[in-house]
Amino acid sequence: MSTTEKKGERILHTPPPFAALASAHDGARNSGMPLELDWVRDVRVNRSAVERRAATIGTRRTVKKQWQAAWLLRAVTDIDLTTLAGDDTPGNVQRLCAKARQPVRQDLLEALGAADLGITTAAVCVYHAYVETAVRALEGSAVPVAAVSTGFPAGLTPFPQRLAEIRASLAAGAREIDIVVTRAHVLTGEWEALYDEVAAFREACGDAHLKTILATGELGTLRNVARASLVCMMAGADFIKTSTGKEPVNATLPVGLVMTRMIRRYRERTGYDVGFKPAGGIRTAKDSLVWLMMMKEEMGERWCKPELFRFGASGLLTDIERQLEHFVTGRYSAAHRHPMA
Amino acid sequence: MNVRPIAEIFETLEYGPAPESATLANEWLDRHGRDFGLYIDGEWVRAEKSFESLNPADAKPIARVADGSKADVDRAVAAARAAFQSWGKAPGHVRARYLYAIAREVQRHARLFAVLESMDNGKPIRESRDIDIPLVARHFYHHAGWAQLMETELPGYAPVGVVGQIVPWNFPMLMLAWKIAPALATGNTVILKPAGFTSLTALLFADIVARTGLPHGVLNVVTGGGRTTGMYLVEHPDVDKIAFTGSTDVGRTLRTATAGSGKRLSLELGGKSPFVVFEDADLDSVVEGVVDAIWFNQGQVCCAGSRILAQEGIAAELERKLKARMETLRVGNPLDKTTDIGAIVAPVQLETIRGYCEKGTAEGATCWQPSGDMPSEGWYFPPTLFTNVQPAATIAQEEIFGPVVVMLTFRTPEEAVALANNTRYGLASSIWTESVNLALDIAPKIKAGTVWVNCTNVFDAASGFGGYRESGYGREGGREGLWEYVKPEWETKLEAPAHGEDARPESESEPESESGSSKAAVARNGKGGLPAIDRTAKLYIAGKQARPDSGYSLPVVAHDGALIGDVAFGNRKDIRNAVEAAHKAAGWGRATAHNRAQVLFYIAENLAAREAEFADRIRAMTGADADDAGREVRASIERLFTYAAYADKWDGFVHHTPYRNVTLAMPEPIGVMGVVAPATSPLLGFVSTVIPPVAMGNTIVAIPSEAHPLAATDLYQVFDTSDLPGGVVNIVTGKRDELAQVLAAHDDVDAVWYFGSAGGSGMIERLSIGNMKRTWVDYGRPRNWFEREQGEGHEFLREATQVKNIWVPYGE
Repeated sequence: MSTTEKKGERILHTPPPFAALASAHDGARNSGMPLELDWVRDVRVNRSAVERRAATIGTRRTVKKQWQAAWLLRAVTDIDLTTLAGDDTPGNVQRLCAKARQPVRQDLLEALGAADLGITTAAVCVYHAYVETAVRALEGSAVPVAAVSTGFPAGLTPFPQRLAEIRASLAAGAREIDIVVTRAHVLTGEWEALYDEVAAFREACGDAHLKTILATGELGTLRNVARASLVCMMAGADFIKTSTGKEPVNATLPVGLVMTRMIRRYRERTGYDVGFKPAGGIRTAKDSLVWLMMMKEEMGERWCKPELFRFGASGLLTDIERQLEHFVTGRYSAAHRHPMA
Repeated sequence: MNVRPIAEIFETLEYGPAPESATLANEWLDRHGRDFGLYIDGEWVRAEKSFESLNPADAKPIARVADGSKADVDRAVAAARAAFQSWGKAPGHVRARYLYAIAREVQRHARLFAVLESMDNGKPIRESRDIDIPLVARHFYHHAGWAQLMETELPGYAPVGVVGQIVPWNFPMLMLAWKIAPALATGNTVILKPAGFTSLTALLFADIVARTGLPHGVLNVVTGGGRTTGMYLVEHPDVDKIAFTGSTDVGRTLRTATAGSGKRLSLELGGKSPFVVFEDADLDSVVEGVVDAIWFNQGQVCCAGSRILAQEGIAAELERKLKARMETLRVGNPLDKTTDIGAIVAPVQLETIRGYCEKGTAEGATCWQPSGDMPSEGWYFPPTLFTNVQPAATIAQEEIFGPVVVMLTFRTPEEAVALANNTRYGLASSIWTESVNLALDIAPKIKAGTVWVNCTNVFDAASGFGGYRESGYGREGGREGLWEYVKPEWETKLEAPAHGEDARPESESEPESESGSSKAAVARNGKGGLPAIDRTAKLYIAGKQARPDSGYSLPVVAHDGALIGDVAFGNRKDIRNAVEAAHKAAGWGRATAHNRAQVLFYIAENLAAREAEFADRIRAMTGADADDAGREVRASIERLFTYAAYADKWDGFVHHTPYRNVTLAMPEPIGVMGVVAPATSPLLGFVSTVIPPVAMGNTIVAIPSEAHPLAATDLYQVFDTSDLPGGVVNIVTGKRDELAQVLAAHDDVDAVWYFGSAGGSGMIERLSIGNMKRTWVDYGRPRNWFEREQGEGHEFLREATQVKNIWVPYGE
């Protein structure tokens, strides 16, 4: 692999060989890298080709029978079980947490031979106001609480306030912080501003897990999605996440494919593993399988597990439970047969 | 039963088996006793012999298929001929209803077709289910529309008649649809000969079409071998047209077999299609493009992107990404829904692929295959990438027809074009770049019938598909595909060719040396007692008058036997020189259409200025009276105006294909064309045949009327004064059919038009097989060049162009 020089700067679109870097930071947390504007500006995304690939992932692959059941259980463990509504109360947050601890009926887990797998959702995701409630409700379990933060969902509150919000949520016991970026930085190409913003959020997070929400439905183009993904990773994001769930268009496969490919390129370039979280609009068991298949095809099995992959979802879990019961009993199930979140 | 515990799969996240059920397909096969007859005249007919159709996935027999005999073919042709009497006259709306019903039937039985196709051919069910069969239905819907519109959209055209169609084993149903839909839509009747390896879906199709009540004999399916049943069909005297998709070698055989018979022939042949990756492409998408290009249908695709041309700066990265992607391709049971690459159709094909790969390695290329598992039974071949490949390597030149791709590199766009065109084929190509400037610069420069920009192997009924060069001629799909199945109505009124006429030249003149004979000297006495100034028309090559290589000339005699001049006695070397000059003038094809129009108008203007002189010449040569001679010159001027007018009006189309893209159907010049002008109407015939290709941007080697060549040779002074660039029209006089023979056999001539004898027409078609050049001949049935319907128009422009479809997806 040749490294070309141009005006004294390293051109970054030709990364070093995969193998050489794959182990450079094996398992280590992404500590980011200096902003490489050439790399950001050089990103190419062909929308039509991306859409074609995205459209065939679910037609090239499928899982049936016990494979499907196993994959659906895996999907359950990837869920950031979420409630982000104006009418949230301690009551419904506690209910959500109870569901996170025991997302699938015990009898079904036993029938599936999965009772000992310790299946919980990956996290519970709430507004700051309910972090403490959730932390208390999840005591004794390994399920972390994630707080949406930094002026979620628009991210346009005063900057010091956004940093303070992160710190407040951490103080309240949140172990994961889902921040939103300033879309205007992306739309106007202010990559330094985006980088600085995310880097500041990362610093505020300390050891907590930082997920950066790009709000892809508001970024206009897939190329912007790709560029924003890169900048967020350079600034130290642990995860990149598609959406707040509040934009008109949330997680779509083409967007997911573009972000996933950027994660792969960032890994090839730096050796760091960055996680991916599609959020919003993923409602069916079938949807979740297609997303997992995309992750497996593009990134391998490691990116199908909660360390590197999450679903931001609420209703998804119920559909998965129904499918699991169908697998166990051979009969189609109903939502009311499963405890609600 | 696999008892893999869920808890384990929960960790490994492997894919399990996901078989598509073959139950219904097997039931259908059982209903037919797994022993099929021929479908002739609406009935299932037993054949004397039969053969086995095998499942490539496990090498086991699926069913027995009839081996159609000569008598069977005779019967099918007779049935088709009888059916043509009414089907060919049926209103378009009636045919539209049947085609619509067929489309519905295909859709209704879509999964059955898909499963049976995968069983018989070995292609993954994902492809037969999501690509082949939906395209089949779409093709019938689209052509139901053409049936409906034929009277309106193709006025003055009639169906060709009884059509024999021979389809290959790689897309048995899709190629069936590409053949049958346009044929039936335009009123032809059909005898379909499926490929020996893959007959079953065609038989299912016949079974299902029968339910639509399609009149008996309109569609007949005769299974059997290519060399036997196929050739009976090709050689049958009552078949009006053969349409074939398959290898270039077989295409040659068919061209030879049908030469001179008057049968229409369309050929869709092999390819070695370039897949050009520029450094500004989205490389992750390119990788998926390669998957679609060469690992679609196990690479057994005539338009497979089998030659990756990667710009040097990104070649290594592309190679690395490609190898990573190849590791995730799944080779296996075609009926498993997670299979990417199924089985190779037959052991003989598997051997061919292996042979090429061994040769590739032996010639120094580096072979790479992923580590994945392969099934233990059946005929499989892993996805294969060759690097360190040079253009000279066998695997870079020959069509492998397997999941094997070679990768070469280039430095500049210019070099990319040169490498892309460094092939005898010209079926398809794809171009990957994020620059619209680059894409639209390169697309017209690649010699291929289809150019896919940032996509590959995308098809639709509304877009014409077919080859340049040795990839064949004719188009399938779109408006451009209809012309293969219709003919001008006036053609049916033409007189039959004179019997017993052969390829002998029409005049008996013998060459004389330039010093001349005493007889000629006598005849050359001029008027008023002064000897005439000797005037021997030389050849016209590269815009200059050139002496013939032979050093001989031919006398030109008047209608009354008097000697009126001499012309150069051109030979094969003169043709060679003329062809080279024509190639050097290729810039004419890139001149603006307005510019070409201006030149043609100017030629007309300068000819008009010399109207009397040209009329005199015609009178002297042919004995026409003054009125007729004047009429011929004026008609020639008008014809020049016609093609000057058309030069910037023979537009292409933007097809409505069901994707977010622009599909541009661009008529392009064919290249260097040989034109053998008609013997009669020496000026008008010459203008009528030479000027249309000139208007379309071709460069020409013309052979004028042998008996009356002076009308053409006089024209070069007109050309010289009309800004026609040198080499655009080259004129070689001499023995017509001897020169025509050299043109037809010349591998750097892209097309030949021949207006002469029946025998000469056959000769042209026979000799065209060297480079599979396009031919257009009159089988010795002269046109009336004065009649506009016969002497000018769209037919000439179509024959002077080839349609390239450029697919440009968009969206940021």
